[in-house]
Amino acid sequence: MLTNLGRAILLSAIFFVLLGLAYPLAETAIGQGLFARQANGSLTSHGSVLAGQSWAGARWFHGRPDADNPMATGGTNLGPRSTVLVKAVRQQIALLQKAGITPTPDLVTTSGSGVDPDISPADAYAQVNAVAKARALPVAAVRQLVTVHIKQPQLGFLGSSYLNVLQLNEALAALR
Amino acid sequence: MDFAWTIVALVVVMAIAWRFLGSYMVSVYEGRARWLSAIERPVYRIIGVDPELEQSWQRYGASVIVFSGVALLVTYGIFRLQGALPFNPQHLPGVTPALSWNTAVSFVTNTNWQAYSGETTMSYLSQMGALAVQNFLSAAVGIAVAVALIRGFSRKGSHTIGNFWVDLVRGTIYVLLPIAFVFAIVFMSQGALQTLAGPVHVHDVLNGARQVIPRGPVASQETIKQLGTNGGGFFNANGASPFENPTGLTNFLSIALILCIPVALTYTFGKMAGSVRQGAAILGVMVIIFGAWLAIASVSEHQANPAITAAGLTHQPAGNMEGKEVRFGDTTSALYATASTQTSTGSVDSAEDSYTPMGGFAVLTGMMLGEVTPGGVGSGLYTILLFAIITVFIGGLMVGRTPEYLGKKIQAREVKLATFGVLVMPVTVVILTAVAVSVHAGRAGPLNAGPHGFSEILYDFTSVTNNNGSAFAGISANTAFYNVINTIGLLLGRFAIIVPVLALAGALAAKDVVPASAGTFRTDKPMFMGLLIGVIMIVGALTFFPAVSLGPIVEQLSHGKFF
Repeated sequence: MLTNLGRAILLSAIFFVLLGLAYPLAETAIGQGLFARQANGSLTSHGSVLAGQSWAGARWFHGRPDADNPMATGGTNLGPRSTVLVKAVRQQIALLQKAGITPTPDLVTTSGSGVDPDISPADAYAQVNAVAKARALPVAAVRQLVTVHIKQPQLGFLGSSYLNVLQLNEALAALR
Repeated sequence: MDFAWTIVALVVVMAIAWRFLGSYMVSVYEGRARWLSAIERPVYRIIGVDPELEQSWQRYGASVIVFSGVALLVTYGIFRLQGALPFNPQHLPGVTPALSWNTAVSFVTNTNWQAYSGETTMSYLSQMGALAVQNFLSAAVGIAVAVALIRGFSRKGSHTIGNFWVDLVRGTIYVLLPIAFVFAIVFMSQGALQTLAGPVHVHDVLNGARQVIPRGPVASQETIKQLGTNGGGFFNANGASPFENPTGLTNFLSIALILCIPVALTYTFGKMAGSVRQGAAILGVMVIIFGAWLAIASVSEHQANPAITAAGLTHQPAGNMEGKEVRFGDTTSALYATASTQTSTGSVDSAEDSYTPMGGFAVLTGMMLGEVTPGGVGSGLYTILLFAIITVFIGGLMVGRTPEYLGKKIQAREVKLATFGVLVMPVTVVILTAVAVSVHAGRAGPLNAGPHGFSEILYDFTSVTNNNGSAFAGISANTAFYNVINTIGLLLGRFAIIVPVLALAGALAAKDVVPASAGTFRTDKPMFMGLLIGVIMIVGALTFFPAVSLGPIVEQLSHGKFF
């Protein structure tokens, strides 16, 4: 038993150094060397493209109605027969209709991360008229902006088609 | 259509893993792989192990227990002391005793149940040096135990089943570390974080938004969390977090990493036990059950969410998007959840608590079947082999003949051990759930009302006892009650199965091989596969049907009713 105990302690120490320090530090060196932008958080001058932000007002494309707090991620965890969820969705539908946007499922539900940075093409197209009107831009120009920002599934089939809301709004700001 | 291609790609990747990772693991555990001996040999020298010297099942088991105990203490200690240790840019204080204990047990048992939020609780040292290290080691322990059981079948008249220290070291440095290392680089290229710098404060002048974005060495932890079927997220949102799982590609790789070792181990088993067909039969059973549960989950999640319909939005062409990420979508999220709950992984890329009633049924009952299709790394194989022993026993009863499995006579001792190993999980889950719903502290846990609240409690104990780690995460599990009672499930679900499995390995290794005769029940044929599926289903259904009726089933049936 004593030899077992000694071995377990020594091995724990060895693995702490190998797996707990050498491995992640080597990966950090590789990441900082090869993929510095991604490894540091995919930051632009306006935030991270991987952390959704709240876009208030009619002048911007809205993301999903998440809390958008990267320090407290996660979903609402409300079940499929939750009255709280029914109420929240009803409120969100009313908000969108007031803004002249036809509600879509993504725009009335919250995500798993609570910081979903993306919306689907349908969500973006639903907002085109409202954004164009608020900015006095031609609808076709805004629609075109949406179309060019759609990211297709990787390799043609992995994941969904989506738009990154931050990148879309950055491009929108640059339109004029 | 995209989903169909995803399935095709997954099948292709799994076929490659089965054949090549499977045979690679044979060479690793038979000691023929040597390309990392420059690291391996000095380790044996330091810990004073002669790699040629083997252990009896009792010594093997004692080594497992002592090593896991030390790992538990080291992990606990790091959490408690993290405030005074380096790599803590957020200056987080030490973790509380109850949470440290719960988390240490959870990671040492390959569960990764998380009662905490990583972004505000764990320093980088705790993440790298405690959590990620245990992600490797608990996985290597699981595979070692499975390999010891395989040796029980492949040997005759032997009093030893291998050397735990050698199996542990080889599994870690030859299998887990290289694969995790390579794929972490891919994850980084896609956007997974990998930095030692602290959180970044952003202020967007376009919309006036201010955010604090937590960072850390995420990618290195992400790949081993999937590969080792551990599942603990760096952040609270786990695989739904864009910083852990940024793209469709990383999501697909996550699923493939989760499944590859459990699938490949069936090849390793067949090859070492002398017949690849035997391993293929076990794999076939896994694939059939996995496919059925995937169908339930993906079809259910492609349906509308009843709450959203009730709120007035009936047109939900992309399925139930509450709790799901746009970049993954409904069916791919269901695939991830199925992979995660049919193994002991428990990582999530969507909020399972918000799944449709039958989607929730699929992930909950996936664990209740014992996580054998394909199950956690090692634990899936050794648990399905317990079911296989019960299956040949039942087959033997039907024809009145002493059953055999892979040439080993299955007698009273083996059947008792297998039955014990199979029953530990259901009995523990049912009792702990009954206790929790009977006391105030237990009933205080759920977020949701009505049957879904009960499902949250049932899911909790099913998850910890199966060493899964996923949650119907609305439950408030970071309380003294849940932190302590959950560790009972965690420990029993791990060690009360490992010990009988090793005893079984010892008993089998000591036996002679009886040659197959005309009366032998062939265990590489569809008849056996069907019977094995039946046994897994019947054990699961008989134990859990009443409880599941009160949760997801009643929820599915209560049309138009909200709680």
